[in-house]
Amino acid sequence: MNQREKEEYLREYAVLKAQGKPFFPYIIVKDGVMMIVVIGTIMLLSLLLGGELTAKADATTTTYAPRPEWYYFWAFELLRVVKPPYLVGLATVGIPTISILLLILLPFYDRNPERHPLRRPIATTTGIFLIGAMFFLSYLGAEAGAPSRIELGPPPAIQEADQATQTKWDLGRKLVAQSSCGGCHKIGENGNDGPGPPLTEIGDRLKEGAIRETLINPTAPMPSFADLGADQIDKMAFFLSSLKSGGEDEGASATGAEGGGAESEGGSAPSKAP
Amino acid sequence: MAKLKLLPSLPVGLRAPTRPGDPVEKKGPIGHAQDAGIHAVDWVDERTSLSGTMRWVMFRPIPKGTNWFYTLGTATMVAFINQVITGIVLGMYYEPSATRAYESMKYINNEVFLGEFVHGMHRWGSTVMVVLIFLHMARTFFFGAYKYPRELNWVIGVVLLVLTMLMSVTGYLLPFDQRAYWASVVAMNIAGNAPIVGPFTPDIALGGPDVTTLTLSRFYLIHMMIIPGALIGLIGAHLYLVIKLGTTAPPWVRADKVSAGLKEHQE
Repeated sequence: MNQREKEEYLREYAVLKAQGKPFFPYIIVKDGVMMIVVIGTIMLLSLLLGGELTAKADATTTTYAPRPEWYYFWAFELLRVVKPPYLVGLATVGIPTISILLLILLPFYDRNPERHPLRRPIATTTGIFLIGAMFFLSYLGAEAGAPSRIELGPPPAIQEADQATQTKWDLGRKLVAQSSCGGCHKIGENGNDGPGPPLTEIGDRLKEGAIRETLINPTAPMPSFADLGADQIDKMAFFLSSLKSGGEDEGASATGAEGGGAESEGGSAPSKAP
Repeated sequence: MAKLKLLPSLPVGLRAPTRPGDPVEKKGPIGHAQDAGIHAVDWVDERTSLSGTMRWVMFRPIPKGTNWFYTLGTATMVAFINQVITGIVLGMYYEPSATRAYESMKYINNEVFLGEFVHGMHRWGSTVMVVLIFLHMARTFFFGAYKYPRELNWVIGVVLLVLTMLMSVTGYLLPFDQRAYWASVVAMNIAGNAPIVGPFTPDIALGGPDVTTLTLSRFYLIHMMIIPGALIGLIGAHLYLVIKLGTTAPPWVRADKVSAGLKEHQE
């Protein structure tokens, strides 16, 4: 804004102000109503949702999946989708820092004297796009399944099998979930997509014996799970080898999967298969 | 000669103040007692001139066209005041130590009169405050209200946003339950990734490599003293600038169409 534009604005503003009303009592009424609405909303939320606590903090648990406050879900999603280690620092610290700097400096690089949103198409479009992107990332972050859970139902072959097989399959599923396989592998809707390959259809590619071998003698950087003992590895390999493409949709939607109260979302994963 | 806009006259219920020339009426002790409040206010005003400030704040003209979007700033401040008051109440019972924090929160929830209600108001109040800040910011952005002469107020506003986000990070740990603990571990891992300052963050914020009782007392200090102090100071500056510079009119309200009424005052 040059000096002329500044003076033009100040002159117009002085006129608008002279035609306005005093803050008290005309404007303060609206603020008072808003105040009651805000406090009422907070009280209502408190009555409906309360201040419940989860279990006491325990540094030794490995299965608790941390969730940030909802307004950090977009950052959570960035952390999940950015894979290469040298980019993680940029995504989680760099992007927020740059955004904050861009926000702070906004009045200094946006020199357009125009104020009407429709006469500032670039600023308005950018603003709407950014708000949309935040909503989209937050939605993805909120929808993301926790990597310490596997929300898949048993495939039809397992459902038709006897009780012992079903129990074995479910134990295997829980073991895989708790052994933080999801940290590097995507399994259905859960887990991180990389650095390891997705395991949603691993049964197509590897036989049960090969999976067991991989669990004991993996290629770096995957750690060996030999410490768990042959019995546990058997169950994990059995579960993983049952993950095949096709034919799972009906089975998954028919059965609630997770004992921890999570919804079964297994049906949607295989449907994306080629 | 320009017409002077006088302040609104006193409501009928109030007496006009006596002036030096007025006849002195004799008052009994009851009359003096009735005037005690006025005298006390007068005494303070004579030494502070606060009445001028009050008039400046309360009777400032607000441009025409102001609508409900302009209450979002007040709404944010109300949410902040809610956080201050409920935070003080929670602070009366809360103990910032790894062994006692969770138990004291349980005590607040289960034993203290209306404890869970106040805890809930603090927790959901933070959500409401963040939503209102974003709405307030969106209004400022789309109305172009950050432009001359209000650039500095926008900068202060963004700093307030950052401080509020830091409040929610530090406050999230304080109940010291599983959710709080693991979210803080992740947050610190993220902060540790930062270039240059990253490696030092855990030492400074956590008091060591892990989330421990030291972390809890540091987060408590940051959450209870450092950031609230900064927030209150900056909100003061934000409000001072709002009142000094005046609130904007919506950008579609133009003065030139309605300036005829003003011209007669200027003759």
